[in-house]
Amino acid sequence: MTAATVAAAPTGAFTRRWERLTPYAYIAPFFLLFLAFGLGPLVFTGWVSMHEWKVLTGDAGFVGLRNFAGVFSDPNFWKALRNTFAIFLISTIPGIGLSLWFAVLLNNRSLRAQTFWRMVLLVPNVTPLVTVAIVFSTIFGRNLGPVAWILQVFGLPEIDWVASAFTVQIVVAIMVIWRWTGYNTLIYLAAMQAVPDTLYDAAEIDGANRWQSFLHVTVPSIRPTILFSVVTSTVGGLQIFTEPLLFTNAVGGSDGQGLTLTLLLYSQAFGSFNFGYASAIAIMLLFVVLAVALLNFALARLIRSA
Amino acid sequence: MTTTSAVRELPPPPQRPPVSRAAARSRRRPTSGRNRPTWFTYAVLVVAALLAVFPLYWMFVVGSNDTSAVSRVPPTFVPGGNFVDNIGLVEAQTPFARSLLNSAIVSVAVAALQMFFCSLAGFAFAKLRFRGRGPLFVFVVSTMAIPSQLGIIPMYMIMSELDWTNTYWALVVPGAVSAFGVFWMRQVVIGTIPDEMVDAARIDGCSTFRIYWAIVVPNIRGAAAVFGLFSAMTTWNDFLWPLVVLNSPENFTSQVAIQQLRTTYSIDYSIVMTASVLATLPLLLLFVLAGKQLVAGIMDGAFKG
Repeated sequence: MTAATVAAAPTGAFTRRWERLTPYAYIAPFFLLFLAFGLGPLVFTGWVSMHEWKVLTGDAGFVGLRNFAGVFSDPNFWKALRNTFAIFLISTIPGIGLSLWFAVLLNNRSLRAQTFWRMVLLVPNVTPLVTVAIVFSTIFGRNLGPVAWILQVFGLPEIDWVASAFTVQIVVAIMVIWRWTGYNTLIYLAAMQAVPDTLYDAAEIDGANRWQSFLHVTVPSIRPTILFSVVTSTVGGLQIFTEPLLFTNAVGGSDGQGLTLTLLLYSQAFGSFNFGYASAIAIMLLFVVLAVALLNFALARLIRSA
Repeated sequence: MTTTSAVRELPPPPQRPPVSRAAARSRRRPTSGRNRPTWFTYAVLVVAALLAVFPLYWMFVVGSNDTSAVSRVPPTFVPGGNFVDNIGLVEAQTPFARSLLNSAIVSVAVAALQMFFCSLAGFAFAKLRFRGRGPLFVFVVSTMAIPSQLGIIPMYMIMSELDWTNTYWALVVPGAVSAFGVFWMRQVVIGTIPDEMVDAARIDGCSTFRIYWAIVVPNIRGAAAVFGLFSAMTTWNDFLWPLVVLNSPENFTSQVAIQQLRTTYSIDYSIVMTASVLATLPLLLLFVLAGKQLVAGIMDGAFKG
């Protein structure tokens, strides 16, 4: 440090006071923006959900839980809920399994071309969601694209992937797995590299084989990271929107076979301009996300104590 | 990586007494981290790499052919010569060059703001002592579990009140700082700036902002740039919010423009795919240039338990 810097050192009462407040000033932007564009809107969604509220008429009065009653008796809501959960489960569980597997394979100091593998696996993650959805729509065409061709080669009947809820769920889950596996692999790999070798040595002395040391050393050591990624994929996965919208359409296809909760929310809010009703869907989705997040934590605790 | 270097400096393990080959195999070290990778490892990685890249290759194939070439069974698997013609067709339907420019402006603006605000907050949480630091940080992290996308209806109302719908403001301001970024930059500051460095600067009489500007920023510049790249890519890829808040083609981001093309020309895959290629290429180019750093950045910013 130069003498000039020292001379400029904060000495007065005012500067000292300012120095004490400085940390708060540094973290303030986050809290202000979160209040204005995160928490605030979320709370206000609760308010709107208890009102009759259309775009043209605006707030047309308090209606209590009527919007929620409407949501509960709406078959589309149940369809969307089922799809959302199905997509979430068939993407998250295999996705995390794959990521753990790849991370174990990459966590090897004598592996050649380390950087290359890591980069290639991350390519899907930098691809825009819109692109992912459109590309996979043409990969899984009924009578065009690579999958249709493979089915034909093996003499299997063609599949209209977009026609039924189950096939839509599969294709959307594949899109999610494709986009996120590499990213999660890197996160797990980073955590695995921080596991001290002594733990593996101890496991070895105890006669553990590879699978056992994965189960009893690797997994417990990186458990916080796994939990962290499960929570973020829960929050992201339950809000899935872009993939089903582009694979089917803005109302989830001819029969709502591709509806998800966020897609239903979008079509009610910005297709039918029914803000009150759409807000009720948003609140339901919030409860679903919170419930699943809590379930995650409870499961994690259960696994730790077991 | 500290563990790695620490381990490398350890003296070599004592020689084991010679054992039979079978016994040696059964005694093989249990972690794959210390075994030579087998052919199986490479086989799995090669398949994974092909699966990671094939959809993008397919995108180029479809985007550079006309739709009929792809609608055949078996489809063509080689790029065609229609790419330039297809670009003309895209531009005839929607001002796509303008959409790409919009995406670029918004992404760069968000990235710049995120780099500044997140590193500032990350530095505060990592190195400054203040009342409530722990609970406030826990709060920041826990907001990541809140699906803020669900507040989209009031968000839209706010933007209408501010007259920000259909403007860059609606896309840039709400994205200027993120919990994820604060978390990431805190990890980076903890990993690169030793406490002694901050204390020494303090003793020399540096103000807090000077410590941030003259010591933290130069040391985390690389990691911050990677984070900036990451947020630029995330912003470029944003879809739901721009779809809701933008309503005229000259203001669309590339992602919204592609969706509109898709809705209007659902049959003509090639045109939609050409637009996708154009909107994905900049990201892939950036990735080729800085992917290595991006990988390192994601791993440095990761939560390590």
